[in-house]
Amino acid sequence: MSQHENDTASSKTIEETLKPLTRRSFLKGAGVGALGMMGFAAALKPLLDLEKGDITIDELLQRHYKELGEDDLSRILDQLTGDTKTRYGADVSIRDLKPQNGVGFAYALSLSKCIGCRKCAHACLAENNQSREHEDDINMSYIRVLELDKGSINLEKSDHYYEAAEVPQKDKYYMPVQCHQCDNAPCVKACPVQATWQEQDGVVVVDYNWCIGCRYCMAACPYDARRFNFKKPTVPAKSINPNQTYLSNRVRPQGVVEKCTFCLQRTRDGRFPACMEVCPTGARVFGNILDPESEINYILQNKRVYVLKEDLGTKPRFYYFFD
Amino acid sequence: MKTYLIFLFRVFRLSFQGGRKFYLWMGALSVLSLVGLYAFSNQFVNGLQTTGMTNQVSWGAYIANFTFLVGVAAAAVMLVIPAYIYKQSHMHKVVLFGELLAIAVITMCLLFVTVDLGRPDRFLHLIPPFGKLNFPGSILSWDVIVLNGYLLLNMHICGYLLYCHYRNRKPTWAFYIPFVFVAIAWAISIHTVTAFLYVGLAGRPYWNHPIVAPRFLASAFTAGPALIILAFQIIRSTTKYWIGDDPIKTLKQIMTVAMLINVFLLICELFAEFYTETVHLASANYLYFGLHGHDTLVPWIWSAISLNLAGLCILISPLSSRLTYLNIACVAVFLGIWIEKGMGLIIPGFVPTPLGQIVEYLPSFNETLICLGIWAFGALMFSWMLHVAIPILDGSLRENSEAAISNKNDS
Repeated sequence: MSQHENDTASSKTIEETLKPLTRRSFLKGAGVGALGMMGFAAALKPLLDLEKGDITIDELLQRHYKELGEDDLSRILDQLTGDTKTRYGADVSIRDLKPQNGVGFAYALSLSKCIGCRKCAHACLAENNQSREHEDDINMSYIRVLELDKGSINLEKSDHYYEAAEVPQKDKYYMPVQCHQCDNAPCVKACPVQATWQEQDGVVVVDYNWCIGCRYCMAACPYDARRFNFKKPTVPAKSINPNQTYLSNRVRPQGVVEKCTFCLQRTRDGRFPACMEVCPTGARVFGNILDPESEINYILQNKRVYVLKEDLGTKPRFYYFFD
Repeated sequence: MKTYLIFLFRVFRLSFQGGRKFYLWMGALSVLSLVGLYAFSNQFVNGLQTTGMTNQVSWGAYIANFTFLVGVAAAAVMLVIPAYIYKQSHMHKVVLFGELLAIAVITMCLLFVTVDLGRPDRFLHLIPPFGKLNFPGSILSWDVIVLNGYLLLNMHICGYLLYCHYRNRKPTWAFYIPFVFVAIAWAISIHTVTAFLYVGLAGRPYWNHPIVAPRFLASAFTAGPALIILAFQIIRSTTKYWIGDDPIKTLKQIMTVAMLINVFLLICELFAEFYTETVHLASANYLYFGLHGHDTLVPWIWSAISLNLAGLCILISPLSSRLTYLNIACVAVFLGIWIEKGMGLIIPGFVPTPLGQIVEYLPSFNETLICLGIWAFGALMFSWMLHVAIPILDGSLRENSEAAISNKNDS
């Protein structure tokens, strides 16, 4: 081998082996180079379709939510309000609502009462400004209602697309699933950039201006509770809910993950979540678990409570119970 | 310093010089890469709706290719270990090619992750102090660190050794041997961490079992050497750099053992899944037999299994001592593992969803173009590195020859 190596080394250098640079080859090279640059420019041409304001220097340099000063935050909120006006033609108010001291939210849902009408899934959509193709498109709703056969609780046999003329069907029962706001949340652990975290009142939130859209949290969630904005959200102006906050229901940017926040734009203001308010059977109970007098506390202490996928150790704040 | 700049200049000049075949090959790869870039620009503007992914199947071909390629990159270690630990001299002559391959492949991995991001413009969020890397909590943050670390290690080792060759100097022990040994451990770690990315998700029973990591390594040490064997033969037929049969034989042995282990681990996995018949069987059922009439992946996985078994049969038979058959085996297992570890591992993790929904996935046209573009770019990079490295290794690009050249030009 080394024999061979030495032979080549002593005989010719690479520059001698290859054709020397001539005027002709230089022009050829320049031509190919120009062609290459044109090809490169052509490849980037779709970028011209970016709308003004899709990506701004301000946004690229924006710090993480937890590091924002009050001035920064109010400037950002103004910016977002303006963007919603120009892009969606809607006048909205975007606030930054902080968790209240002494409040820890929990949610319980009676599997005995739920009739599978999907009103909660629709109300979620109306409240939280998710993207939709038409008014009945609940693909981005934070609530999925499962139809299950009585006598089994095997989710892998559940039907998500049931379209019965009438609910509830005799041999079926129904299980709405949404974010469980886990105290040991796999999604929070998974996020590589800390764009999602659990707040003091138990709500797991996303900083939509920090999320890089890797979707590892979606892979991590055992409750299929997260949605991704595969495109710039489409919401008709008349359907936009103007009561918005930075960490919850403001219209999301393209390419980020979003999720249920227990309607914190309502609940941190002393109101109930939209899905609870709309429920016709009273199957849903929401409240402050730190308040010993609350209904939610009574239920968790006295009813037969079922935690979905408890074996995974996620410690949810969302419970199912039986009456 | 000046010598180094001249070195860079000569490398740069050499990069654009070659025969007709070189121009055709590099030209074709450049065009494909640009097509990929075009498709990516399109995706960047219109969002990931241009892919086949959905809320239900939220990872697809990008992450599948990424996972497979991390293994190929890690497999460079199968040249390094014989060369540096067992001191096999025939491996020393080719070990650099493995490290160069690792550089190209890791670059592909990083590209595949980048194109998978919804907001690639926010990549700074991963880099402290501006970013907030969730380390050590998130396994993805580990992956960011180990992949970039592996890239830097290999760039250092290759760059340093090539420059020493160029200067006709003996490399200083301290400047590369410690890095070589760190890189060996590091290579194992990149693939282990990538496996942990999936293993760490308790909500996805199809991924959440400990055998995934060892299987990753076994299949990587099959597919990687397969590619390197093919690359060696291309190098020796298209350049004057002679690679003997000895490195190929060593790699063949490694590949055969690794493939046997891979198949054994697969059997262990299938036993646990199918014998117990728990509800967690759904994903495996979907992959191998289809679930409730959904069976997109079934033909793929069975072709993967056939390719792998055919490859293995050739490898363990005396046929494999003939290069033609060995090459067939290499192509078969490379393709087989690409399917099995890419689509076969990633997609069933999402089907059915944790809530039992079945949504199938196939990559879109635009998505396929991006994948193709990244593969072409990887091939372009590897070809370019070989094109430059081989003259340095065989001595036709040397420091003192530059002096000779400039003298000639002056006169």
